Amino acid sequence: MRENKRKPLKLMNRWIRKNLFATSFDVFLTLICLAFICWALPPFLKWAVFDADFAGTTRDDCTSGGACWVFVKMRFNQFIYGLYPDHLYWRPNLVFVISGLWLAALIFPEWKGKRKLAFTGVLLGPIIVYQILYDGFGYLEIVDTPQWGGLLLTMIIAGVGIACSLPLGIILALGRQSELILVRKFSIVFIELWRGVPLITVLFMASVMLPLFFEEGTHFDKLMRCLIGVTLFASAYMAEVVRGGLQAVPKTQIEAAQALGMGYWQSMSFVVLPQAIRIVIPGIVNTFIGLFKDTSLVVVIGMFDLLGMVKAAFTNREWAGYSVEGYLFAGLLFWVFCYWMSKFSQKIEKKINMDKQSSGGKAWNLS
Amino acid sequence: MHDLKDIPLWRQPRVRGLFVQILLIVLVCWVIGTGVQNTIDNMSKRGLASGFGFLSDPAGFDIIFSMLPWSEDHSNGRAFLVALLNTLLVSFLGIVLATVIGFMVGIARLSSNWLASTLASIWVESIRNVPLLLQLFIWYFGVIQNLGGTRQSMAFYDVVFLNVRGLYFPWPKLPHEMLIFLVSFAFLFFGMRYFTLRHFRSKRVFWITLVLFTCLLWLLSGATLAFDIPAIRGFNFQGGAVLVPELVALLLGLATYTSAFVAEIVRAGFLSVNQGQFEAAASLGLNRAQTLKFVIIPQALRVIIPPLTSQYLNLTKNSSLGSAIAYPEIVLIFAGTVLTQTGMAVEIVAMTMGVYLVISLLIASVMNKYNSWIMGHGGG
Amino acid sequence: MESIIEINKVSKWFDDFQVLKTVDLKVQKGEKIVICGPSGSGKSTLIRCINALENYQNGEITVCGHLLKEDPKVVEAVRKNVGMVFQQFNLFPHLSVMENLTLAPVWVKKISKSLAQSEAMEYLKRVKIPEQADKYPSQLSGGQQQRVAIARSLCMKPDIMLFDEPTSALDPEMIKEVLDVMVELADAGMTMICVTHEMGFAKTVADRVIFMEDGKIVEDSPTQIFFDKPKSERTQVFLDQILKH
Repeated sequence: MRENKRKPLKLMNRWIRKNLFATSFDVFLTLICLAFICWALPPFLKWAVFDADFAGTTRDDCTSGGACWVFVKMRFNQFIYGLYPDHLYWRPNLVFVISGLWLAALIFPEWKGKRKLAFTGVLLGPIIVYQILYDGFGYLEIVDTPQWGGLLLTMIIAGVGIACSLPLGIILALGRQSELILVRKFSIVFIELWRGVPLITVLFMASVMLPLFFEEGTHFDKLMRCLIGVTLFASAYMAEVVRGGLQAVPKTQIEAAQALGMGYWQSMSFVVLPQAIRIVIPGIVNTFIGLFKDTSLVVVIGMFDLLGMVKAAFTNREWAGYSVEGYLFAGLLFWVFCYWMSKFSQKIEKKINMDKQSSGGKAWNLS
Repeated sequence: MHDLKDIPLWRQPRVRGLFVQILLIVLVCWVIGTGVQNTIDNMSKRGLASGFGFLSDPAGFDIIFSMLPWSEDHSNGRAFLVALLNTLLVSFLGIVLATVIGFMVGIARLSSNWLASTLASIWVESIRNVPLLLQLFIWYFGVIQNLGGTRQSMAFYDVVFLNVRGLYFPWPKLPHEMLIFLVSFAFLFFGMRYFTLRHFRSKRVFWITLVLFTCLLWLLSGATLAFDIPAIRGFNFQGGAVLVPELVALLLGLATYTSAFVAEIVRAGFLSVNQGQFEAAASLGLNRAQTLKFVIIPQALRVIIPPLTSQYLNLTKNSSLGSAIAYPEIVLIFAGTVLTQTGMAVEIVAMTMGVYLVISLLIASVMNKYNSWIMGHGGG
Repeated sequence: MESIIEINKVSKWFDDFQVLKTVDLKVQKGEKIVICGPSGSGKSTLIRCINALENYQNGEITVCGHLLKEDPKVVEAVRKNVGMVFQQFNLFPHLSVMENLTLAPVWVKKISKSLAQSEAMEYLKRVKIPEQADKYPSQLSGGQQQRVAIARSLCMKPDIMLFDEPTSALDPEMIKEVLDVMVELADAGMTMICVTHEMGFAKTVADRVIFMEDGKIVEDSPTQIFFDKPKSERTQVFLDQILKH
């Protein structure tokens, strides 16, 4: 009995000695790190947790000098839904649920219609989401796009941006490989143009210049302008990702398809592209994560995504001065989403590499 | 597979290819043509003439931070230049800072010390997954604006001071002479090191000659070691130079954000070196320091440098976010203030995007040169 | 009798290197031909010209009455009639065996899916692996994958089957199962052109054996003569090398 009790203690001792105090430099390093933690952590915890105010409804409830989480609590709905009318929250919630189910269906192990589901989701998703939120094909109360905001808007911009940039990116990637010189040059110029400029300038361009390109009087929804800019921007990055996938598919696959009598578009659609996209799913997810973070830039053109709503909330006199709490809350939400998405993409990448190894470079089943 | 005359024209692959390309040209021309036409119409309806004449008009606004002398009467074109210099300044400083921090964090992550590597991991994972704009807001509104006033400044060795009005640091009293000296010294040093080193009898002779020439340069340039140290006079610091708080916040935000990505790149670079390399070097009798210097680091650097330059480019593009915290870089000054005042949307947005495009292409071509150099020196 | 394949004074260059030097070859319907020779002799290039995977600069190739040129319509017609089996199998890894077999019949020959599936099953039985229909290529052995590849080409009901070193990438114990399928195919009357080093197979099945070297056909003789009394000395040298192990 006593031996069992001693064992964990002994193991812990050994671990500490190996990992923290192995050499004299190590000891020094450990001491510095501990000092840093002791200097930084307690004041932060004191402010954020121990002295903080959680209960209450107004500014007056934040008296203690710690963090005022009451602010976050009261404005929570706005951060998530923007200015969407609260009696109609079931519609954004419906969008969240549908998206969640669609993603879950794609993540779980292999079943027959998986590819078709992914395909239809990417194509029809934007339209369905728009209809649910706007006016339900004319049957529901209209909710104008300036009222869509918060986390909802962030997800719409990122989601629609990726969904629309995928087909465009595929075409550009194919164009970049084309044998026709003009098609190839045009694709390269297009891709390098959007990759070489910051997203902020693209948003400015979309918001300021786009209306000039069309005849006077065409009304351009602000969200639409933003989505066009984001799609063009993302499609260039997507094109590079897909190009990597296309290069990874052995050329012999095209030969086999051609030997069976298939033409260019048939061999691309049925043989090459499915394999290429499978290979670069981690790349696509990473592009999505990047886009998700970048949507916070729309605050610069006057749209209110999660970050925009947080900022707007404390310019309001009632909650002025509590900016840090707001930013930390927004940061936490972003962090949760992005961290788990990147973990997910790493898992897929590992799986793809494992499948490749287990059958000598020929396999790639994703389940 | 000749006798092309027997095949109907519309089935010949070359003809088809030509047809598709002509179609593409027509489409692109039509799109651009309509766009240009509409733009000209719309602009003239607003009473604006197209063209770049607005660049010589007086700007009429102030810029809070400029490396060139600036006043309201200076032209819009000069405003563009000032803003461009500001962009380049924050990018350059940011790149240096991000590289230093990134390498430290990356190496810490590889350390066998559990505390160090865990703290480094926390650094990387927290920073990578939060949008840069949000981090900039936290740095600017959360940190910088909560610093003390002039009298409560944070002091570093009594020569550098940080407070809510900016970062104050010493500046040479004769800055132009100092610059001439530094630039010519750089030429002297690299010129001697790479072109003439082998001509010297010994290393000692080389260093003595170098020092002699440096002293000569010093006297010729007229520089002095006198520095202007900032000191409180009245309500503010006088003397020395100052970086405005917007710049400090932007710099810190950009550097820490990019450092997380640099850390990952550095880590991947070192992990990519085959374990067998360590063993081979050891069996040849190389000690740890020599192994690192001659075997490991050169190989790791080859893997690190391409994605590293890509991050440098990202940092330069991200400097555009300074516009959201009032730092006078190109987007804020040119695509913001000048655009609002003159309304010349197309010209201004085109120039702004053009600047970034040129920088991207420059960095990309340098990268390509580097890659070809590597290929010729046993890489790939 | 008109030949099903007629290769007339065909030459091909890769940039400056001439890989085929005025090659002449006639193949009759139902003939089985084995082409052998050292690597770089142009044998793979020759058969790849037959189904237009490579083009040629001089001469003429006529397949099933179609004169091969760079006309997509001709190429499509020829490829529907000529099947090819590759050294590296080249199965589509993201599709199941059944989907691999039915893809081309459904989309190129435009037959209905159920018809394609039942025909595919027949061919799977012929290559003796009907139970693998729903498996994926990664789950099959090399020999099984190559047999699926043969079945895949057969599903297009070609008149001619081309084999480009079909057993060279297989482990020795799996070569026999693939050769057995090819023998059965030959017995059933298929016109076959095989590039291979398997001389045992040549002796069993081939009507003619062709030896190529440096882009030229050095010897083109009926099997018996080829092995017993080859007309050319270089053929004899080659045979000695190959049959020695």
